[in-house]
Amino acid sequence: MLDVVNLSCQRGERRLFSGLTLSVASGKLLAVSGENGSGKTSLLRMLCGLLPPEQGTIRWQGTPVGELGESYRGQFTYIGHLNGLKDDLTPLENLQFAARLAGVEATEAACREALQAVGLGPQIQRLPSGVLSQGQKRRSALARLWVSMRPLWILDEPFAALDDAATRSLTRRLEAHVKGGGIVVASTHQEIGVAPEFMQQARLAG
Amino acid sequence: MTQLGLTDAVRDVIRRDLLVALRRRADALTTVVFFVIVTSLFPLGIGPEPAVLRMIAPGVLWVAALLSCLLSLGRLFTTDYVDGVLEQLVLVPQPLTVLVGAKVAAHWLISGLPIVLLAPVLGLQYGLGGDVLGVLTLSLLLGTPTLSLIGAIGAALTLGVRGSHVLIALLVLPLFIPVLIFGAGAVTSYIAGIGVEANLSLLGACLMLAVVLAPWATAAALRIALE
Repeated sequence: MLDVVNLSCQRGERRLFSGLTLSVASGKLLAVSGENGSGKTSLLRMLCGLLPPEQGTIRWQGTPVGELGESYRGQFTYIGHLNGLKDDLTPLENLQFAARLAGVEATEAACREALQAVGLGPQIQRLPSGVLSQGQKRRSALARLWVSMRPLWILDEPFAALDDAATRSLTRRLEAHVKGGGIVVASTHQEIGVAPEFMQQARLAG
Repeated sequence: MTQLGLTDAVRDVIRRDLLVALRRRADALTTVVFFVIVTSLFPLGIGPEPAVLRMIAPGVLWVAALLSCLLSLGRLFTTDYVDGVLEQLVLVPQPLTVLVGAKVAAHWLISGLPIVLLAPVLGLQYGLGGDVLGVLTLSLLLGTPTLSLIGAIGAALTLGVRGSHVLIALLVLPLFIPVLIFGAGAVTSYIAGIGVEANLSLLGACLMLAVVLAPWATAAALRIALE
């Protein structure tokens, strides 16, 4: 269970949101929507601890995340606007390093399978990430979800730059995660094709 | 799939940075080539007078090492910051101070160690003998990691700031001064026939202090840069 209580965010002189309270239970996908600049990215960055809240509390399984410290960072996978890929490494190498730094010994076969699942075949897996298109880079970053065993996924515009096939593949992956009792918090400008019983919506007014 | 610990994370951070440096050889070579060129220009400009060359050698070699380190600091966190890898590193469920230490270790292996290894060869241009070259190498071995550690603080503090290269220099050059004094001082003392223990001990003390404090300060600066 992820709880957000009375959360406020101010960037510079501008207050993005205040008094934000919401709760996401296991097995739910929270789709955060709102206009550009409404604070979606700031909210997600607060959820993963990259941005300290101006006011309010974030609780994971009932405990404030500030008290959990490093153990909370072991509970979620965050994929932000930036893909977190080194241009000089191949998608396979990037995924292996990302998985290992996340604390998971993902085998080469598991990583290849994950990349295949997002539509990056064996030939693309061997190319330096720097030569891939934006969509391919995004897929490469999202492949981390296929090797992630963490219960909470925090995703900033995960569908950005994806084509229809990759969108369907990611949607299936998200649905499988929430069906298995996981939690997804994703900012998005589009409808997520996950079954309505697993969905929750939050709209930031900006 | 098995769970990995802190040691694995440290090894992976170092391995990744070394692999990237290997693929991007020009960046790593820039530092080394700069060191070679600067140290080779002085004998050409000053002339072949052995006494003069021996006198200026410690200072020239140490200042060149210091400037080479400065040259490479801009890359320490910038590319990771731009491509989002730094964001992911901060979220790794391991102490960031230790991971920062691993990144600095990788930086030293890429830009500091080649200087330590090349210095005795370049020292021959200045007419330095075997023992003096040994002291020079030892002083650089103790001093260059300190330069990387101190430099990391500057690199983290100026992350995302326009004109960060100049700012790094302004921030860290004053902090490099003790290392320069003790490092060059050790070699000068040996040439003058004075004991080198004091200077080397002080270099060691600087390194210990930097190992303890710099990763902590750098990690704090990185967190602020990412907010």
